[in-house]
Amino acid sequence: MSAVAIPHPPGTWVLPSRGKVAMAGLITAESAIFTIFVVAYLFYLGKSISGPTPREVLETPIVYTICLLSSSLTIHLAAKSLARDRIGAFLGLWLLTIALGGLFLYGTAQEWHRLIYEHGLTISTNLFGTTYYSLVGLHAFHVTVGLIMLLIVALFALGGRVGMKQSGRIEVLSMYWHFVDAVWVVVFTVVYVLGR
Amino acid sequence: MSTDAITFPGAQIDDKPWVDRLHGWLTTVDHKRLGILYILFALFFLVVAGLEAIIIRIQLMYPHNNFVSPQVFNRMFTMHGTTMIFFVAMPILFGFANYLVPLMIGARDMAFPRLNAFSFWLTALGGLLLYFSFLGGSGLYGAGNAPDVGWWAYAPLTARSFSPGHSSDYWTLALLVSGFGSIGTAINIIATILCMRCPGMKLGRMPLLAWLNLVMSGMVLIAVTPLSAAQIMLLIDRYLGGHFFDAQAGGSAVLWMHFFWIFGHPEVYILIIPCFAFMSEIIPVFSRKPIFGYPVMVGATVCIGFVSMSVWAHHMFTIGMNSYANSFFTITTMAVGVPTGIKIFNWLGTMWGGRIHFKTPMLFSIGFLFQFLIAGLTGIMMAAAPFDWQLSNSYFVVAHFHYVIVGGILFALFAAFYYWYPKMTGRMLSERLGKCHFWLFVIGFHLTFDLMHIPGLLGMPRRIYTYEPGRGWDTLNFLVSIGAFIQAIAILVFVANLIISYFKGAEAGNDPWDAWTLEWSVSSPPPAYNFAVIPTVESRRPLWDRKHPEDPDSRYE
Amino acid sequence: MKSARFFNIRKVALLGFLWVACVAGAEPANALSSPTNIFAPVSTPAKSIAHLSYFVLAITGIIFAVVFTLLVYSLAKFRWRPLDAGREPAQVYGSTQIELAWTIIPILIVVVLYLATARVIHAVQDAPQPANALEVTVIGHQFWWEYRYPKLGIVTANELHIPVSDPAHPTPTFLSLLSADTDHSFWVPELAGKTDLVPNHPNRMWVDPHRTGIFLGQCAQYCGIQHAKMLIRVSVDSPEEFAAWVRSQQQPAVQDKSTETGRRIFESNACINCHAVAGTPANGRFGPDLTHLMSRATIASGAAKNTTENLRLWIQKPDAIKPGSLMPAMQLSDADLDAVVRYMQTLH
Repeated sequence: MSAVAIPHPPGTWVLPSRGKVAMAGLITAESAIFTIFVVAYLFYLGKSISGPTPREVLETPIVYTICLLSSSLTIHLAAKSLARDRIGAFLGLWLLTIALGGLFLYGTAQEWHRLIYEHGLTISTNLFGTTYYSLVGLHAFHVTVGLIMLLIVALFALGGRVGMKQSGRIEVLSMYWHFVDAVWVVVFTVVYVLGR
Repeated sequence: MSTDAITFPGAQIDDKPWVDRLHGWLTTVDHKRLGILYILFALFFLVVAGLEAIIIRIQLMYPHNNFVSPQVFNRMFTMHGTTMIFFVAMPILFGFANYLVPLMIGARDMAFPRLNAFSFWLTALGGLLLYFSFLGGSGLYGAGNAPDVGWWAYAPLTARSFSPGHSSDYWTLALLVSGFGSIGTAINIIATILCMRCPGMKLGRMPLLAWLNLVMSGMVLIAVTPLSAAQIMLLIDRYLGGHFFDAQAGGSAVLWMHFFWIFGHPEVYILIIPCFAFMSEIIPVFSRKPIFGYPVMVGATVCIGFVSMSVWAHHMFTIGMNSYANSFFTITTMAVGVPTGIKIFNWLGTMWGGRIHFKTPMLFSIGFLFQFLIAGLTGIMMAAAPFDWQLSNSYFVVAHFHYVIVGGILFALFAAFYYWYPKMTGRMLSERLGKCHFWLFVIGFHLTFDLMHIPGLLGMPRRIYTYEPGRGWDTLNFLVSIGAFIQAIAILVFVANLIISYFKGAEAGNDPWDAWTLEWSVSSPPPAYNFAVIPTVESRRPLWDRKHPEDPDSRYE
Repeated sequence: MKSARFFNIRKVALLGFLWVACVAGAEPANALSSPTNIFAPVSTPAKSIAHLSYFVLAITGIIFAVVFTLLVYSLAKFRWRPLDAGREPAQVYGSTQIELAWTIIPILIVVVLYLATARVIHAVQDAPQPANALEVTVIGHQFWWEYRYPKLGIVTANELHIPVSDPAHPTPTFLSLLSADTDHSFWVPELAGKTDLVPNHPNRMWVDPHRTGIFLGQCAQYCGIQHAKMLIRVSVDSPEEFAAWVRSQQQPAVQDKSTETGRRIFESNACINCHAVAGTPANGRFGPDLTHLMSRATIASGAAKNTTENLRLWIQKPDAIKPGSLMPAMQLSDADLDAVVRYMQTLH
């Protein structure tokens, strides 16, 4: 059989990047998981039979939210720096992102400590406790995983192994980080704004 | 171009010791090998879950039968359903997708070969976990064994108080783990199809199998994850004192139902859509015509993908939703029948005016068309909510969904086996054994599942380990069980065919069926790298263009 | 090859005949005598459902006939013949008009089916409760049914008595459905479609049977080990019979001096933790109310007939009748057991 061996001239057959498509897929799947937890939270608002209510115990975490949301800006700038081969700027912004993310987790831990020890609200107290800790906890888990990935990249970067060629992968990872931030916007709105 | 001269199918394998060969299979990241691993894994569990069904049917042959205790029976139907959905149907369809998608789009492998392997082994771990429950389910309290809560694991039956011990936890963990495997494979399929098509293969020129697996994978991403979420919630309830489904704390059993069926209904479309893909590849080749209405087939599938996400509560018509909710889910469920029917008509349109060859793949395809039509119509019956108030949770539903899964999905899978086995192994399956398998299975299938509708209409609920005499169910149940035994024999014929033909089947060559998609342009089995030169395509049927250079498809598309 | 086609058609015909013979042999006799036949409705909800189902069956039947005919015709007419060797048929890619036709017609069918269905949904679910309706609260337990008539002060179990309803002057029964533990479903096919009993989610259904008689059903939502034996027995009584039944159920338990021993054993054992006998210290609600046990034809929610032997066996070794049920084996000596059974048998 004769071969259809005329290849497309290079550069004319362009398909999307695998990493970005895969990350978009992962984000889609994770969004579905978060949606279910948000639905449970909203469904059970006001339905706790006893125990603390959101209005009584929640304090809006403005500072830590600002930390997390600005970390999206810093990671975006870091990725852009790397694409322009400005490794120093990249590393600085990357470490700043990690610090901001770490601060957010610290803030969450602080809030949970207060809720547990001052207000006696745990995951088994009532429906509010169950849905609150599950939703915020699931998000915090995703932040933690993200931070671990960022730390691994930071270690590689400190070892001089991250350059312009890894720009694509850095962009894929930052897609994940933006997703985590976007989820926080939703969680924040549902828990601290609508839910009270 | 012939790649025969370059590949020596046997040479790279035969002279290695068996340990090395086994190691090669266990550590493979090659999509073809992983595809075969998925398929073998699924076939093993098909036999296991089939035995569970046989146990069920023996117990139900007579009223007040004593073949197994109620405890064992309840475990049997739970394990049969869970195994068939998660460890037979999903893996086998992912297996075929894994094998065929890269070949059909002119790629060398999937987008992420290591993720591919990881996803398979996650699924395998899930299967192991589920069956380990027979041993490990006893836990410290001596209570529990294999899960016995039904494959939907409705709350609050799964709460600690009603399901002590660990049997429910094995159900939860096994499916959570294999669910992540499914998500990994779905991401892989999407990335492969969107990012690795060969030059010239625009989305509108992809084989329908690629399109349908793309839609199916998208659905997996948003349908399997709600189940994972619900299972995490269940674990929180059982182990951290949570109250998601705890009625005493104000929790809702209905919420579990919604979450489960938001997964459960799209799940059955996830299972059937790849089977539509098989039909869309096989029926044209054996009718000697291109698929009728390719763009409509794509559009109808996308439509099904979306609409099927809006019908889930037709599984909940009896739980006491208000009349507006019931009406809503009635209309959406009936609506999803429209694009599904369009697909049946398009397959008929493909056969119409063709020249039909009644080889085994086509026999199973015809069985599929007939049975899927009936299954769809009984589905429309149950879409009418009041009718469903009688039929729901009865043997009518059991008959309906087995009609879809066995009469539809399994028949399409048999067709796919007979069609692609030559490509995977280089040998043809025996036509004689194939026809024997087909007719035996058709007889057994219809004896069982046609008759099974009737006890449902006569008031027999499902999931009962025994039934009362004098309700008109006795003879029917007896005959239904006979049909199950016949189907079991047919499966043995099929397995025999798979094994015997591997050693003694006729040589297949590249293209035994005179087909038109890219997988038939390489040797059988394909070389590890699939294509020596990545092809360029100019139409939906690149091999038709090569075989008919005077009248290529590219002129008409 | 031509014999292959002929052979195939003969095979199909033979199969078809065998199948019809099976179905014919198995079905009509059974269907006519089945007490749980959804096509033998006796009450308005069941009748509305049956009528709707005939309509739906007719439409789906027509669709089946049309598509099946097209399928068989195309297989016969367009099969490959030897004289086709070496040529491919005309390669047709599609047709917009045909696609439109077989899209629009199904949409119209769906609209018609939907309208017919929505009417019945509203008629059954949103039926207003008339003032003279009898109210019964049904509480589902693992693995028995509790029936309370709040306005009549009656608590009973496993056998439901309701009055017959004259279509000209309906006296329907409205059931509130609650659950004490897991999900259950109340299904008596000849009276109505099933409605589930979900904890924390009260439901409501109604029936208005047009003739007297005994109507059978069973739990239709898997609720645990003995789901299969959570049977339902509904006695539709004439107005006089129903009034008599109500009066007798409203009485406290019969006090028969000759079964004093049995009664004392009953009241000093764990029996009263779960069971109630009106007018005595026994006030447990976990198990069925036994005040009028002997007014029931069956025990263990239909799992066994209400005979001396079965009562004895049930108390001594419930797993022999309903393995896994929540009734514990009471470990009574033979003498005590006999005494308790005699006591039970005075509870009319």
